[in-house]
Formats: sequence, structure tokens, C-alpha cells
Amino acid sequence: MTHILLRHRDIPDIHKLDVYQKNGGFAAFKKCVTEMKPEDVTNVVKASVLRGRGGAGFPTGMKWSFMDRNNWPHYVVANADESEPGTFKDREIMERNPFQFLEGVAIASYAVGANAAYVYLRGEFWQAAHFLDERIAEMEEAGLLGENIFGKDYSLKIYTHLGAGAYICGEETAMLESLEGKLGQPRIRPPFPPSYGLYGKPTVVNNVETLTNVPMIIANGAEWYKSMGTADSPGNKIFSLSGRVKQPGNYELPLGTTFRELIYGQGGGIIDDRPVRAIMAAGASSSVIVADDKALDTPMDYASVRTLGADLGSASVIVIDDTVSLDWVVNKTIHFFKHESCGKCTPCREGNYWMQHLTERIHSGQSTQADVDLLYTVAKQMQGKCLCALGEFATMAVVTGIERFPNDFKSAVRS
Amino acid sequence: MSLAEKYPKEVKQILAKYPPEHKRSAVMPLLYLAQREEGYVNKAAMQDIASLLDLTETEVASIVGFYTLYHDKKEGKYRMQVCTDLPCALRGADQFLENLCGNLGIKVGETTPDGLVTIEAVMCLAACDKAPMFQVQSGDGLEYHENMTVDKTLELIETLRKSRQEVKE
Repeated sequence: MTHILLRHRDIPDIHKLDVYQKNGGFAAFKKCVTEMKPEDVTNVVKASVLRGRGGAGFPTGMKWSFMDRNNWPHYVVANADESEPGTFKDREIMERNPFQFLEGVAIASYAVGANAAYVYLRGEFWQAAHFLDERIAEMEEAGLLGENIFGKDYSLKIYTHLGAGAYICGEETAMLESLEGKLGQPRIRPPFPPSYGLYGKPTVVNNVETLTNVPMIIANGAEWYKSMGTADSPGNKIFSLSGRVKQPGNYELPLGTTFRELIYGQGGGIIDDRPVRAIMAAGASSSVIVADDKALDTPMDYASVRTLGADLGSASVIVIDDTVSLDWVVNKTIHFFKHESCGKCTPCREGNYWMQHLTERIHSGQSTQADVDLLYTVAKQMQGKCLCALGEFATMAVVTGIERFPNDFKSAVRS
Repeated sequence: MSLAEKYPKEVKQILAKYPPEHKRSAVMPLLYLAQREEGYVNKAAMQDIASLLDLTETEVASIVGFYTLYHDKKEGKYRMQVCTDLPCALRGADQFLENLCGNLGIKVGETTPDGLVTIEAVMCLAACDKAPMFQVQSGDGLEYHENMTVDKTLELIETLRKSRQEVKE
């Protein structure tokens, strides 16, 4: 198939400005600035039903249309914090197809009337940030950024900003706090960023992959975009496949592709041809899916994955085979969330602390069933009590792991 | 010498990225700059940044404490940070880390006796398909090393050791 996001796999050297432009690059941005009103751009994206690729799946055009038109200036912030265990798609986009992403940032900025956009990258993406800085400088030199772009009354600057190692900064309001030079801790919502964002001004926060879709939608139209994927979830998605598969990696496929096709058709199946036991479709934040035939034949779109009692999230598909016990998996995910809890909300800060004690004790074989029951209770008590989704996500694998794989925990504890 | 005296061009460039009335935003890039030489932020640099941005020293120190890539004390010249999160662990990262430490004769979190390398276990680095992998943090920069083996890592450490000796000579 032809890629629309990972286009570097079809077009060599697309990271070079002249090659990108020869392949239609920046024609969409030019069309927007010279032929379209900002609200028309938003309407095309709205009509395409593009949904946010960072995990929440919120309709992108709708988000743009929420921008408060009575409060200026406006900002665009590209979420390049990519920190969910199992997700590694945005880095590939930025390092290999950078201009399509930056063109998406530019189009989003034009659509919402922003003259400044920030790309917030996790601190570990130091190399990617420097690479993007060079590409941004090339765009400025070519007149694609700066004052009076395409001779019109529109100016735009794009800046990169490096985080410094905090998963929580992927949460949009924590990201804005961090960008303001504060601790990366979530704000109370509402108000949402389109009314109160960066420096208290209306702000659109979009994921890298989401923005990378935008130039193609403007160039080819909403109907073209809707011809891919499903009615509920149109377009292609990059699935980050990891864990016990033969060929882990990023696979760009239409939304609605089955788990079986991803794991066996694309990923080459399970290491040593062992049976697949469990799937985590949204990284460490997943509810754990029992990988039976029904699950394997389920299409990976937002609505269908929900029928399995799970979420598609950012489509970071972690595959677990029969060499691994779920008590170990849960110990790993809780170790992560305990480390990454920002400490603002007590249920998350304390809950993860105690869950880590329990998962370690269970995994080391020092527990009885009472500890498993206590772990389940602590997780249940955390749910619905935190400002942001981290506190919720931390409990997903614990609760579903114990509910759906009870024997893994039974055999880990003393009778 | 203050940060602004030592790196006048860089400080100016960093401040220019943010609206002048919101210069506090520059705290993170300035902290990276302060870390460039020694690999950690000393007290004097925190004072510098505080006065540059009209913050208190405590506010600057809180940023250093909150984010894992800032350090307030000297460790090895190179911090080798191995991802041991779930996806990497499913592809042998724990075993890799254990073997690496065994070969170097140190524990996770410790520094080689010559002060060259500190080995750390860290959270997901978004390279799950290329495990075992780690990043090397030194000064204000970072480099990824993917699809690694213990042998390849020991070779890399040797290369780092030689390059440090050349700098010294």
C-alpha cells in the first residue's frame, strides 16, 4: 500500500525540502494561505472526521473550532512528548518525514489564527529536536515561515521546546504548564486549552501524527480521507507493534485492520511461533485484552476495540505470549506509573506507591491471595478520583489483569 | 562567570523563543545550557537562571528536581540510561542490563571507578521495537543506541574512554 504518513518509506530523501516540495509538499499550506479562509480550513478537517492520534481520539476539526475568538493571541502546540510505553511512531515521523509534520503545524496555525507554534518534544528526543530546528531554519529561508508568507498578510514562527523526562507532560495541560516554565502538573479542566491554554490564551494542542495527516487532507479533500478506514474512524493509523513478535515496528494501516493482520500478517507472528495470550492496544495504559480468536479478528478502530473492554489509545500494540505471566506485566506497568505520577493528586501518588509494593510482593512470591484482593481494591479506589487520566490509566492493567487472568495471580501467590 | 557571560549568544537565542512577558518559559532550555559543561546544574547556575528570569532559587531548584534529565550532582561523564519498561523487557532488556552491569562490575545506579559511565535503568524511551536500547546523556546532549548487545555496549564504552583520554591529552 501507499503510505500517507510514513511517506519516507515510498519516497527516498523526503526529509529534504526540495524532494518534499517536488512531491507536492507545501502546496496544501499555500492553498490554505492564498485561497482559503481559516474557518474553511477548519471545516475541511472537520468534514474529514480526523480524530486525534495521541490517544483520546477527539475530532480534530471540532477542537480547532472551539478556539475562543474573543481572546488573542492564539497558539498551536504540537504534542511530541511521545512517552507511552509501546509508542514510537511520532519519532519516526519527525526524523524521517519532518516537513509533512511541520506543514501540518503550519496549516493548523493558519486555521486557528496562531502566529506562533511550539513543538514540545520529550527531552529524550534531543536529536530529533535539533533535526527539526534545522528543517525549520530551511523553511524560514525558503519563505515558508516568517512574515508575509506567500505574499499574504500572515506570519508564523515555529519553535521547538524540549521537555526533560516526565511522562505526565504528554497530558495537554501539564504540557502547557511545563512550557510555561513550571512543574509539569495537570490543570483542572474545564477550562480546556482552546479557551484557556498557553499563557492563558486559546491554544490547540495536537499530536504529531494528527498534524501530519492534515496536509494530505487539505490536498486531497475530506471525501478522499473518508474513503480510508471506517466510518467511525476514517484514515490510516500508525500502529506501533512491540513485545513478543518477530518483526516489531511501525505499521501504517487503515483504521479497522484486525489485530490478526497486524500481528501475523505484518509482524510475522509470535517469537518461536508460540501462542499469543494477551494484547495491550494502548501501551502500558491498556486494559489487557484476552487474545482469543474473537479478539484477533476484531478491527482496530476506536469503537470496535471498545467492544473488547479496552481502548485503541495511540495504537501502541504490546503483544504478550505464553512465556509471560500477567503478575509480572502488572508489576512492570505499575513500576512505570509509580515513577511517572506527578504527585499532584493524592489517589494517584499514594495509590501507585502502594500498588507498587503489592505488585512487587506478589511477583516475588511473598504474597497470599489477600494481597491480590488488596491490590484490586486499591486500584478500584483510585478510579475516577484524579485530575488527569494518568491515575485512571495506572489502574487499567491491574484491574483487567486480575479479572481476566486470575490464574496468573493465583499461581504467583502462596496458597 | 555567569551563564549569560559564558554563553551570551545561546542565552539570547533561548530568550527570543518566548514572549518577553513570559520569559519564565526559558527555564528548561537554560537548565540544559547550564548542564552543558559538567553534566549537572550547580548552585551558582541555579542562582543565575533565577535572576535572569525573575524567579526564586527554590522555583528553579523545583524544576531540576521534578524532571529526570536534570541533575544536581556530578555522576559519570556519560549516563547510560537503559530502558527496562514493559515492551523492552519483553525483548530481553532486564537480562541485558544485568549482564552489562555484571561485565562492568557495578550495580544499577553506580558509576565505573574511573568516573566515565553511570548505568541507570529508566522509563520508556520510545524505541520499543529496537530493544535492548539505551540513551547516553552527557553535557546538554543525548544520543540513542538501539538494537544493542552487551558486546557492542562494551565497545562503545571503550570508544568513550579513548575519546575522553584524547581530550585530556
